[in-house]
Amino acid sequence: MALLDVRNLTVRFDTPDGEVQAVSDLSFTMEKGECLGIVGESGSGKSQTFMAAMGLLADNGRATGDVLFGGANLLTAGEKQLNAIRGNKAAMVFQDHMTSLTPHMKVGRQMAEVLVRHRGLSAAAARDAAIAMLKRVQIPDPERRAAMYPHELSGGLRQRVMIAMSLLCHPELLIADEPTTALDVTVQALILDLIREVKEQDRTSVILITHDLGVVAGLADRVAVMYAGRIVELGDVAQIFAAPQHPYTQGLLACTPRLDDVGKVLKTISGQPPNLQRLPPGCAFAPRCPFKIAACAERPPLRPAAGGGLKACARDDIASINRAAS
Amino acid sequence: MWSYLARRVLIGIPTLWAIITVCFFLMRLTPGGPFDSAAPVPPEILANLRARYHLDDPLWQQYLSYLWNLLHWDFGPSFKYKDFTVTELIAQGFPVSFQNGFAAILLAMVIGIPMGIAAALAQNTARDYTVSGIAMTGIVIPNFVMGQLLILIFGVWLKDTAVHLPAGGWNNGAFANRILPVITLALPFVAYLARITRGSMIEVMRANYVRTAKAKGLPFRAVVIHHALKSALTPVVTFLGPATAFILTGSMVVETIFQIPGIGRYFVQGALNRDYTLVMGVTILSAAIMILMNLLVDLLYGVLDPKVRYD
Ligand SMILES: Nc1ncnc2c1ncn2[C@@H]1O[C@H](COP(=O)(O)OP(=O)(O)OP(=O)(O)O)[C@@H](O)[C@H]1O
Ligand SMILES: [Mg+2]
Repeated sequence: MALLDVRNLTVRFDTPDGEVQAVSDLSFTMEKGECLGIVGESGSGKSQTFMAAMGLLADNGRATGDVLFGGANLLTAGEKQLNAIRGNKAAMVFQDHMTSLTPHMKVGRQMAEVLVRHRGLSAAAARDAAIAMLKRVQIPDPERRAAMYPHELSGGLRQRVMIAMSLLCHPELLIADEPTTALDVTVQALILDLIREVKEQDRTSVILITHDLGVVAGLADRVAVMYAGRIVELGDVAQIFAAPQHPYTQGLLACTPRLDDVGKVLKTISGQPPNLQRLPPGCAFAPRCPFKIAACAERPPLRPAAGGGLKACARDDIASINRAAS
Repeated sequence: MWSYLARRVLIGIPTLWAIITVCFFLMRLTPGGPFDSAAPVPPEILANLRARYHLDDPLWQQYLSYLWNLLHWDFGPSFKYKDFTVTELIAQGFPVSFQNGFAAILLAMVIGIPMGIAAALAQNTARDYTVSGIAMTGIVIPNFVMGQLLILIFGVWLKDTAVHLPAGGWNNGAFANRILPVITLALPFVAYLARITRGSMIEVMRANYVRTAKAKGLPFRAVVIHHALKSALTPVVTFLGPATAFILTGSMVVETIFQIPGIGRYFVQGALNRDYTLVMGVTILSAAIMILMNLLVDLLYGVLDPKVRYD
């Protein structure tokens, strides 16, 4: 049985100017010890997919479908059941690491809380364990740092505190939302090493949400490419990077600057992502797609593609057209 | 911290002095004087009175001697209550107003803040609308209407029942006599506190760190109490500082309706009568309390938010 099984997840938000469909009919599964990268443009629904899974949607959001994890359906689980899982078997590190720690509580205590809650440790024992975890994520001088308030820590340190906090109960699933964005390269490398270590030593399954395809290439086993709230391509990382099957994935890879691109104009995908309030009935990428055909007016299902992955595209000849062009 | 406190208290002194000065000269610039009354006073007596209160001395001389007396804790004689000094009037009236005000603000906090939290956590439900409705009523209905209404209900209609309360009078501060005035004083503050707490709580519950607390699997209660409440109280404290200063120095309306010998009445009567010294005395007292409350608020900010530093 898969560790995480997401079926037909749809996330909608009520807004003053209408309903926004941030995630549409999304399905995927994930095995133990696996690292799944999630990539896609800003606003494609990467974060909200997992907010919904963790029961953390904003008040105006609703999720439908199923999110099966460890024998429970997280979307229908009661508050109690959900709280026994969150922070314990499934932990999430948020994108906005500057504001994700409580400003008026010392970070050591914020971490200790998790162990007191899920492991029933005494406050003192939890504190010691928290400090040990800070040491593990290579925060220098962890005793002193534990006694600090979040505003006394740099962005990189806060992010590492968040990661340390998420690892305290040795979760089976770690969701890391943009764990390296806006950090300097040395800290990025450190955090990625840490995630790799957790994945390999603790057999923790990791969901790695990121804009950075390089990060995905280095860490993930499989990658899901999201566009307008749907997965448009899903498969083995090496496979997808070598031979992307969906025009959007191709565009995304082409946009990534490479060292030998120096002096060339950066490529972009022309056009705008669709308005999530009025999604087109057919393929959401079609208006921007250079390979659009009549069949694109109908929504393409996610189906097996060449190379063993899945893609949501009506055409099968895109990889070859592209190869011929380059 | 201590040096910060000392500094703040020291800064309070020139502030107070500035208020005294402005108030002193404004009073004197206002047309009319303490001895203008409906029944004309014979000129000789008026001259005598003016001489006794040094009203014929040059203004700057009056000002300097007033300051000098203040330094000796002497607020001067009242112009209207001829047998009393202002110090005596304040010593009589202030404790009464202070006790009522303090009880009212405590009551308002104990009711208003939990009401606001309860409403915020059940946003857009019947509970929320009830709280908002009560709050709007409390804000819209003026003190003098609410006071009269309570008197009508508890003092008149329920006169022969167990919950009958005195319709007014002080009776040397008997508990029963304090209930209605304290409630009347408290109600608008219950309303404001409920509104402010609701608004800030709703905002804080949307904060990223509250989401983190939920993601840790903490029970909802713990999320609210340990992670949301402190930040949510900051605007409440901001409101409470001046509000407390205001309520402690008495309410003219409430003290008049319930015939309470507090200090609030003195202020308005004093101003109407051009009772210079009495108005000055009450003003200085209010200003001092306001300065003190502001200091208290700033200290509380430090308790609520570790980013606030005192140096
Ligand atoms: N509370 C909300 N109300 C209305 N719309 C929302 C709300 N939260 C998110 N959205 C919308 O849902 C869409 C998906 O958001 P999401 O945060 O999942 O994007 P993302 O892929 O994580 O983007 P990024 O890379 O910028 O983090 C966005 O268009 C966003 O505006
Ligand atoms: Mg995101």
